[in-house]
Amino acid sequence: MESLMAYVVGILFAAAIYMMLRRSIVKLVIGLIILSNAANLLIFVVSGMTRGAPPLLPENAQTAVGVIADPLPQALILTAIVIAFGVLAFAVVLIRRAYEVVGTDDLDQMKDTDT
Amino acid sequence: MNPELALPILIPLVAGAVSLALWRSVRYQRIIAVLATAMLLAASVWLLRSTIDQGFLVMEMGSWPAPFSIVFVSDLLSAIMIVLTGIIGLAIAIYSLASTPQGHAKFGYFPLMHLLLAGVAGSFLTGDIFNLFVWFEVMLLASFALLTLGGERAQMEGAIKYVTLNLFSSAMFLSAVGLLYGTVGTLNMADIAQKVATLEDPGMITVISMMFMVSFGIKAAAFPLFFWLPASYHTPQVAVSALFAGLLTKVGVYALYRVFTLIFTQDVDYTHTILLWAAALTMLTGVLGAAAQFEFRRILSFHIVSQIGYMLLGLALFTPLAIIGGVFYIMHHIIVKTNLFLVSGIVYRLLGSYELKDLGGVYKERPWLAVLFLIPALSLAGIPPLSGFFAKFVVIRAGLEVEAYVVTGIALAVGLLTLYSMIKIWAEVFWKETPEHVTDLRRLRGEVKDKHDWAYFVPAIGLAACTLYIGLNGQPVYELAEMAAHQLLNPQLYIEAVLGGQQR
Repeated sequence: MESLMAYVVGILFAAAIYMMLRRSIVKLVIGLIILSNAANLLIFVVSGMTRGAPPLLPENAQTAVGVIADPLPQALILTAIVIAFGVLAFAVVLIRRAYEVVGTDDLDQMKDTDT
Repeated sequence: MNPELALPILIPLVAGAVSLALWRSVRYQRIIAVLATAMLLAASVWLLRSTIDQGFLVMEMGSWPAPFSIVFVSDLLSAIMIVLTGIIGLAIAIYSLASTPQGHAKFGYFPLMHLLLAGVAGSFLTGDIFNLFVWFEVMLLASFALLTLGGERAQMEGAIKYVTLNLFSSAMFLSAVGLLYGTVGTLNMADIAQKVATLEDPGMITVISMMFMVSFGIKAAAFPLFFWLPASYHTPQVAVSALFAGLLTKVGVYALYRVFTLIFTQDVDYTHTILLWAAALTMLTGVLGAAAQFEFRRILSFHIVSQIGYMLLGLALFTPLAIIGGVFYIMHHIIVKTNLFLVSGIVYRLLGSYELKDLGGVYKERPWLAVLFLIPALSLAGIPPLSGFFAKFVVIRAGLEVEAYVVTGIALAVGLLTLYSMIKIWAEVFWKETPEHVTDLRRLRGEVKDKHDWAYFVPAIGLAACTLYIGLNGQPVYELAEMAAHQLLNPQLYIEAVLGGQQR
């Protein structure tokens, strides 16, 4: 399972970078979305996947019995998802404004500020 | 409990929230901006004093003991950075009173400024690697909005590059944090440092350290990852440029200093050699880029890149003297660079342009403004007795001591080229005759007075005074940098302070 997920993460990263290298700003943002998801999935996979063992203690127990899932990566991913959501919402508004102001969605036309 | 440890984050957060609540009244937002940043400066000085007294201040969130809770840690480097944040925050808040257009202030300029300061302060104080990511994002989101406030074409184009590369760097950072957690099973920086040192196979850690280097390198604008900076920093209104120039890239530099002194010291030969060449090329490409520019703020933006190289050089040489030089350089650079942007804003106010070909004759009408430019400009180039001379002197001396002659030679040559760029600005903006096609000279001659003109000059004069103070009275500042470097080079002090601190 973990090796399969490792391939999925790798493919997601590759797809994200491919999309970011395209010329359209819409594809750029799609690339960013896939990229943040790939990073989240990576955290999930590298910190070890445990199946069917939620990190809950039985009643009146002080310590866990057997192997349970690590709750911390899930907390990290939740935080990262929320942050990515906010940032990407901004990015979507930004490309819309940029499209209105510049009048094109082609990144190659947007090099006035480059040197 | 150490309340001063939380205040530098709480004050801007609360000020931002109150400013948001007062959305309709720009007048109150302006008052709050100055008051809150002044309080931030006071709190930061308090923090620095208690950090000097106690060495380390540690605060555990929710009173959970250290590796399990998120900790805020202040060592001397953090405290120094927080004081600089306070100084720059106050300077920008005062400057914004005059320079911020009404339209920007009505659409949340001041709340965003506070949020940015909170993000910067949080990044400097946190002792948890994932929490560092969160503060980075707080800072980035505020900076995205500040950068695009106004919505002009150049801003949009600059922002797309800025946003894309910073989000890419964040994703890289997040992946590296995930891999690090998967390897050592903790997120507390002190705990990570302890566990990394005992790991049998450090190969994986070196891979992860490279990911951190790339991610922070993008944020710090190091070679070859700096191109978003000159494409975007000259586009927003000048107070925002100055704020970014002073603080944002330095957060990346701080993060590099933190992880490459505390955590990733397992293979110094490999990691710090890469840093060394990155530093040399950063200096060189930045200054050569600046030489080809003829726009006031673009020249200054490229110089940010080249100066970042000196700070990285201090870290890369990794001797006590080099780290002292690096810390000293950061202190000097934040003040000087912000001041140069502030002066460029004053010139823009007087003549309405940043293009060197549209500027001229400022020295004739405003000799004191010329002096105000000359102090930070010569300091940036490293002319004694200004602050930049001592900063460069220490770094270069450290380079000679470890016999890294090529890199040291580059550092010296870059100093000369910096002087060339500053002289170029001086000759074009201040010395040459005002070009004939510039007709609106009423502001330059002082025939039109603006209501808040004083607010342009107070922060610029204050920062110039700081530069002179560091230059003429360098000893206490040097000693401060020396203490900070001592802590950075002895990570076990940091680890003991964080992990051994439960009983206090």
